[in-house]
Amino acid sequence: MSERRVLKAPFTDDVVRSLKAGDMVYISGTIYTARDAAHKRLVEMLADGQPMPFDFDGQAVYYAGPCPAKPGKPIGSVGPTTGGRMDAYSPTLIAEGLKVMIGKGSRSKEVVDALKQYTGVYFAAIGGAAALMAKCVKSAEVIAFDDLGTESIRRLEVEELPVIVVLDYQGNNAYERGRCEFEV
Amino acid sequence: MRTIEAEKITSLVEKLCIEACCVITDDIYSCFKNCIKTEKSALGREILGTLVENADIARNEQSPICQDTGMTVVFVTMGQEVHIEGGFIEDAINEGVRRGYTKGYLRKSVVRDPIDRVNTQDNTPAVVHYEIVPGSEFHITVAPKGFGSENKSGLKMLTPSQGIEGIKKFVIDTVSQGGPNPCPPIIVGIGIGGTMERAAYMSKKALLRPVGTENADETLRGLESELLTAINNLGIGPAGFGGTTTALSVNIITGATHIAGLPVAVNIGCHATRHAEGSL
Repeated sequence: MSERRVLKAPFTDDVVRSLKAGDMVYISGTIYTARDAAHKRLVEMLADGQPMPFDFDGQAVYYAGPCPAKPGKPIGSVGPTTGGRMDAYSPTLIAEGLKVMIGKGSRSKEVVDALKQYTGVYFAAIGGAAALMAKCVKSAEVIAFDDLGTESIRRLEVEELPVIVVLDYQGNNAYERGRCEFEV
Repeated sequence: MRTIEAEKITSLVEKLCIEACCVITDDIYSCFKNCIKTEKSALGREILGTLVENADIARNEQSPICQDTGMTVVFVTMGQEVHIEGGFIEDAINEGVRRGYTKGYLRKSVVRDPIDRVNTQDNTPAVVHYEIVPGSEFHITVAPKGFGSENKSGLKMLTPSQGIEGIKKFVIDTVSQGGPNPCPPIIVGIGIGGTMERAAYMSKKALLRPVGTENADETLRGLESELLTAINNLGIGPAGFGGTTTALSVNIITGATHIAGLPVAVNIGCHATRHAEGSL
């Protein structure tokens, strides 16, 4: 492999535009975990006009519900969960300024359209490689929805979290392209 | 009559929950390494290498391979001469799950009710399957099941006239529609025959067969091989980014069925299809 391309989170539009479906990159900086229950709550709060637990502008959410941290560790194993379950909520959050999603698996047309309209990107982390990804997390803090346990929103400081661009801001899809290339 | 203390069952289940979640079985680990040699996609090889590295970290640090430590499926094989003393067997199993998931820092992913969705905070209740056999053996397999792959599983009540071609089509369609979501390379457990629920049970049980072992039945062996080739020809590849390694194994179990039916269940296991077993 050539030299690692490390991106700083949160993200600017210029960085998002530089990413192409299929690129493998590494993320360092601040990201937020949120999965099914947290997404449902965020979108309900938005509809009620309530303030958000963090400013979405340029930010990345990681679809992950970690294992409990062992003593002395910031977090337990923390791999991605299936992004498709967040399809119903993501376009709303992207319209609010969310720039980056990290998960695994396919997304809906509505999500692709939102990424194109607002210049966003959807990455996949490698599903199941959760012990390895825990080592990229330097600190973790629950910032909202503590009652949701593993599904609460955590602010993570990560170092070189390995991800692959699935959907770029032009709507190119690395899954479809990869599969076409190898389908017999 | 042989007596087994309920507490011993609890201790065994506790140990197996942690072992299953943190230690990948040798058959899958070796298969990853072999697939790195044969995978045609460079990114696919990179991903398979990452899975090996992840398995090493998990084993060495006793941390879970995947954060989705699953709903705990437990298979109990119990001789009819065994008597359990000191509590109800299923309570003993659930207590073992509770302790294993707490002491092992495993994620608690079970909600008490599918509608109100309140987390039980200890990963209970487990899904327990009992098989009563002659004699006095007592054997437990703990197979935590993640739902990224479980959600891509399926069951269809085919008609006898759809036959083997119908079976093949349903299996391949199910895997194809799952695409990248169930964390390929996958293990495909297939149950054919029985009633609706028996087919599903057989498909789950089929996931326990070690990768690289052969079906004892010649016809099924041929069908497994044919399906494995067809699935790998889909091109889904490691983590779904394209490649020649989409499935590590196709495992079939069949059972007697009704003259009017051909139930087929396909249970997808992710690359971290986990299980650990022990006897008392």
